[in-house]
Amino acid sequence: MDLLYFAWVRDAVGTGHERIALPENVATVADLLDWLAARDDRHAAAFADRDRLRAAVDQRFAGLDARIAGAREVAIFPPVTGG
Amino acid sequence: MIRVAVSPEPIDVAAELAAIEALAAGAVATFTGIVRADDGVTLLELEHYPDATEAALAALADEAVARWKLAGAVVVHRVGAMRPGERIVLVATAAPHRREALDACAFLIDRLKTDAPFWKRETRQGQAQWVEARDGDTAAAARWRHG
Repeated sequence: MDLLYFAWVRDAVGTGHERIALPENVATVADLLDWLAARDDRHAAAFADRDRLRAAVDQRFAGLDARIAGAREVAIFPPVTGG
Repeated sequence: MIRVAVSPEPIDVAAELAAIEALAAGAVATFTGIVRADDGVTLLELEHYPDATEAALAALADEAVARWKLAGAVVVHRVGAMRPGERIVLVATAAPHRREALDACAFLIDRLKTDAPFWKRETRQGQAQWVEARDGDTAAAARWRHG
């Protein structure tokens, strides 16, 4: 699965893209954030405040409770500020 | 006619307007977003989520065309580095009458601000900072979900 990070989330994680093998017990975006945060301090710091995070699953906006089984791409980012 | 574009190139308003005016629909409304010069910002950088951005803008344009029976909708958003006074975004809508064109134009810019994956970073006095989302933008987008 491809993981994409944007804006300050990318700065905090230290990369805009990484590829992972999804463990079977990781069912939702929130589970994914927990699993990544447990791996190292940068992910933990980037994902510390879940209220500041938004997500997209296969390029469509989704809640952190969205299921990710079978998804090709999950993106994590702050609330959008275009226009 | 629907045109959606995301590009680092400056936005050519004259060319965009010429295309939508050529539909001869009766009314064209436009909104242009400009980098503010009045609060110390020297540089604005726009990041986006390639492909997802274009899809989000196209979905909004489709919704506007269906809801207001538009003859045309144009949404052009610049990305990359911009200076104060430069254009960030252009929305233009064409309809038989002004009310539909004006309402659809407001809908598109309000919803773009909450539904399209763009992020702004401002530089002031050499310090770059990501812009925080505003609650007012969420409220402005939400009003289009009723009626």
